[in-house]
Amino acid sequence: MSVVEGPVIAGKGLTKQFGEFVAVDGIDFQVEPGEAFGFLGPNGAGKTSTMRMIGCVSPISSGGLQVFGLDATTHGPEIRGRLGSVPQEDSLDTELTVYDNLLIYGRYFDLPRAEIKRRADELLEFMHLTDRRNDRVDPLSGGMKRRLTIARALVNQPEMLLLDEPTTGLDPQARHLLWERFYQLKRQGVTMVLTTHYMDEAEQLCDRLVIMDGGRIVAEGSPRELIARHSTREVVELRFPHGEARDAAVPKLSTTATRVEALPDRVLVYAHDGDEVAAMIDTHGIEVESMYPRRSTLEDVFLILTGRSLLED
Amino acid sequence: MPAITHAPVMRVLEREWVVWRRLWRGSVFSYVVAPVLYLAAMGLGLGDLVQKGTGDVAGVSYLDFVTPGLMAASAVMMAAGESLWPVMAGVKWMGTYHAAVSTPIESDDVYIGTLLWTGVRTLLSATIFLAIAAVLGGVPSLWGVAAIPAAVLGALAISAPMVAWAVTQESDGPFAVVMRIVVFPLFLFSGTFFPVSRLPDAIEWIAFLSPLWHAVELCRGATTGGAAGANTLGAVVLHVVVLGTWIAVGVYFGVRTFRRVLTQ
Repeated sequence: MSVVEGPVIAGKGLTKQFGEFVAVDGIDFQVEPGEAFGFLGPNGAGKTSTMRMIGCVSPISSGGLQVFGLDATTHGPEIRGRLGSVPQEDSLDTELTVYDNLLIYGRYFDLPRAEIKRRADELLEFMHLTDRRNDRVDPLSGGMKRRLTIARALVNQPEMLLLDEPTTGLDPQARHLLWERFYQLKRQGVTMVLTTHYMDEAEQLCDRLVIMDGGRIVAEGSPRELIARHSTREVVELRFPHGEARDAAVPKLSTTATRVEALPDRVLVYAHDGDEVAAMIDTHGIEVESMYPRRSTLEDVFLILTGRSLLED
Repeated sequence: MPAITHAPVMRVLEREWVVWRRLWRGSVFSYVVAPVLYLAAMGLGLGDLVQKGTGDVAGVSYLDFVTPGLMAASAVMMAAGESLWPVMAGVKWMGTYHAAVSTPIESDDVYIGTLLWTGVRTLLSATIFLAIAAVLGGVPSLWGVAAIPAAVLGALAISAPMVAWAVTQESDGPFAVVMRIVVFPLFLFSGTFFPVSRLPDAIEWIAFLSPLWHAVELCRGATTGGAAGANTLGAVVLHVVVLGTWIAVGVYFGVRTFRRVLTQ
């Protein structure tokens, strides 16, 4: 692996426009070598457009973008040669075998066939696909296809892996297997950039992340920093038997809690200590159907910063 | 040394080769069986009737007349089909074009590589066709070998613009329409089965736009050794220039549509 001086990615005023529509609106960010960096945000926040610019498949509209210290506009093929790209859609040759997919992709990087064969055996082992090596891709499960797409992205031994919504549409078991593989890659020193709209994924995988909304970056930091800066330590989720009970409760809760968010289906009470909220509900005689105390998450940070939920469209 | 074998476009060709190597059995029919059936039905069956009825066509036997027509037509028809659905698979159904452009491969390489592969396949199918036709007695001249590059040129002339257009489509709905109202009439009315001079004057000019007609004329000039079809240097140059123009226009748009669709 070559030594990169300075940031692996540096975006400055990075903008992507499609006609009148501004998908990415002048964002500034840097990714350091070996880091796992995330773009967290709802659908349409500009995450994929940003990833496509970093991956040098989509030209930037304005601003500046350097990857590996090279200008993304003028060094596309060179940058792509050092990247591993996992797009949202698997884009596999479904009529061909698992191995042929790795062969074709490896040849796109002009790797010798013998070398591809050696790496393919390793990668299939790493991605638990060895016994499917000579099977056609089409009948494989969604999780297997995803693993093959990731194996394919590793065939050129990339210095950086771009993961666009890597576990969207997978069941929990398949997601956890992938997360575990990503940890291993990270330990090997591979820089990782990922987009996700799952706050648990961002918390699990990212050293540092930016929260995007409407093409802009609204917050930046480690998951823990973001929660500490924007939310409280604990949150109590309350559900009420009927609307009147809820409407009566909100003003009372607001007097003691740090923050109260009234959502359509529940009320979130942000407080340093969940037990205090429980005590307050008792002393005020507030009528609740259920009470669920938990730790603050990035989902709360997003809600506080934008007034909307991450999973809304 | 940066040899041609390391050119990115060669990697695109190689991908097509890997796909074809796995799936070639399905194309045996179109390569071998279809030519035999066409030549038997049109050249020998219908040809016998024509010969007895009207005698020679354009100065040669009907078998000699129709063989180069069928050769060019099968190359062009095969290229037309290959230029539509596989392109939709690359850009939408499987997304393999998108996979390619996330590597050092550029969108231009994908387009040109796709086109070159059509050339390679046509080279193979036209060679097989010519060999079968020669056995059946439809190729009186050794010049017939020149019909192979002529068929390839015709295939590229239809493929270049069609691939350029196909990549811009959102679904394969329009493809069947194009095959039915553009490609199939070309097949029938490009001098394949009868001289275009038999067409009404009002529509004869359409044949001159058809890449297939120019390919047919070149093939016919070759297989008949100049007894019919393009038999002067001027005619040969004209047909080659028209086919070359179709290719050039197709490539002009193709590199642009591929860039727009794959790297927006």
